[in-house]
Amino acid sequence: MNELYVQPVGIVGEQAIAWAEAVAGEWFPFPVRRLPPLEVPPGSYDPARRQHQSVAIMKALARDVPPGAARVLGLTEFDLSIPLLTFLFGQAQLDGPVALVSLCRLRQEFYRLPPDPGLLRERLAKEMLHELGHTFGLTHCPSAECAMSLSTHIEMVDTKRAAWCHACGSRLARRFAPLRGGQA
Amino acid sequence: MKNIWPILIVDDEEVMCESMAAWLREDGYRVDTAPNGRAALELARSTDYAIYFVDLKMPGMDGIETMMEIRKIRPDASIIIMTAYATVDTAILAMKEGAQEYIVKPCNPQEISILVARILKVKKLQRENAILRKKLTRHYHYRDVITKNRAMEDILTLAREVSSLRSTVLIRGESGTGKELIARAIHYSGDRASKPFVTVSCAALTETLLESELFGYEKGAFTGAGQQTRGKFELADSGTILLDEIGDISPKLQADLLRVLQERCFYRVGGSEEVRVDSRVIAATNRDLAEAVRQGRFRDDLYYRLNVIEIRIPPLRERREDIPMLAAHFMEKLSHELGREVTGIADDALRVLMDYDWPGNVRELENAIERALVTCRARQLTDADFTWLTRAAGAPRQWSVPGDVPLSELERRAIIATLERTKGNVKEAAASLGVDRSTLYDKLKRYEIPR
Repeated sequence: MNELYVQPVGIVGEQAIAWAEAVAGEWFPFPVRRLPPLEVPPGSYDPARRQHQSVAIMKALARDVPPGAARVLGLTEFDLSIPLLTFLFGQAQLDGPVALVSLCRLRQEFYRLPPDPGLLRERLAKEMLHELGHTFGLTHCPSAECAMSLSTHIEMVDTKRAAWCHACGSRLARRFAPLRGGQA
Repeated sequence: MKNIWPILIVDDEEVMCESMAAWLREDGYRVDTAPNGRAALELARSTDYAIYFVDLKMPGMDGIETMMEIRKIRPDASIIIMTAYATVDTAILAMKEGAQEYIVKPCNPQEISILVARILKVKKLQRENAILRKKLTRHYHYRDVITKNRAMEDILTLAREVSSLRSTVLIRGESGTGKELIARAIHYSGDRASKPFVTVSCAALTETLLESELFGYEKGAFTGAGQQTRGKFELADSGTILLDEIGDISPKLQADLLRVLQERCFYRVGGSEEVRVDSRVIAATNRDLAEAVRQGRFRDDLYYRLNVIEIRIPPLRERREDIPMLAAHFMEKLSHELGREVTGIADDALRVLMDYDWPGNVRELENAIERALVTCRARQLTDADFTWLTRAAGAPRQWSVPGDVPLSELERRAIIATLERTKGNVKEAAASLGVDRSTLYDKLKRYEIPR
């Protein structure tokens, strides 16, 4: 009961999944488990934009949440978007069970720079704390250093720390307590 | 304070509404969605949205038409027209019809984020400006009285009816119930709104000072009277004068005031020339003037002159249903003033506020919210921010004996208070006071207490 599941969406490298599991284990007080890769929902790919619609993937993730799961984090290499916005680093259900993080724009290669695994791991950790933070009810934090601050481009992701500020951390601790007690 | 700025998204594409709403909610906004123009208008009627995102192409009522209809209901609405098919013509048309912005889908997240922040910054400044302007001018109207209490609504109806009359109004109510607010609303809603509204606190001044304050004085009337000075009655000429705490004025001033009310004229202190004024008088008191008349402390003829139209404002404990609205209003107003980013009041905190008796009424509630905002460390006021209030409520009340009051008077007051509590039941009152019924009858006769 109360596991935090990591679920690859489409093909995701083992290294990235292992990083995600380690981050989840380090920051969230739940046992971390892996779910088999989610089949890419038909129609989620938008050929005109050459991107995946994150709403379709989120819906597919939400449909298969295992009973008693604390949260499910989808991890994908797809470039995500919604109709209004050109891209998303990730998406989450505010106060809901599902979050999704895309590695696509976290990679240096996307910006035509040489790969940097250390930087990728750090960016992944920040986006995971951010999106999973939303699933525990946190909204964007005005502190630019907090993982819950809004990032609309990659430099903003690099500016913030892979940690929550004191206020957000305290709110999360209050949310974790009943879940840890098995009352979720 | 983001959740006080609701946003409405109007788009026939469900996925568009859903995804955009989710994105804005992550930013802390309260977001509603509507699948067409008609539904948007329904929502706009009940909620004053800070921003409307309206899709240009929708079946039935299109984006421009929807925008024009919304503007009829909400003339100050900030409307952003969205389209996937941008043309110069539609952009020009949208802006000409009053759209604040025109965006082409898809947009860069940063673009939307900056756009929303920019619009809300202006909205916030506008609201701050309105609050400060009101604070400065104190031009209050009936819409500034926050209530859904039946008795208060009746008061507002009566006040509205008498606002353009010249009749004297007597406003009664405990301290902090908003007597001055009602007086200002009467003045600023009537024919005299453009004329002065002058307030005099009768309890704050000694008899002689109050006399020269009300009627003015001639040069040389007393030591220090260097030049002729107009009094508050003259300053309020053609306007309204609020005589606050009228129950505290001396017998001499009661006689002077009666003359002003009857004759509409008076003499300045030390003057021999009659001054004629046309000021509407509103008197306010937290005392029972009828009782003061019975005790001979207040002239009955003045009381009847003042009491042409009586308004009794109920204490906050008799209108508890207004507490959540008042608390939310003060939180919004004060968080602007104090620069605190507090987004709401938690249910447990509201329960504390609802349970408290508020002897200081609305003023005490405002002060309590201010104190809680100052000490609050979270984004929401919780019961922990009001623990001092529950401690105060739990503490035994100190019973204080008024000074210079003979024992017989204390006994008389105790009997009257007990009879009021027992609704005139002598048997019950006698039991409560620990005396025989016959003893109580004797005392009622001796003190001439009517039953």
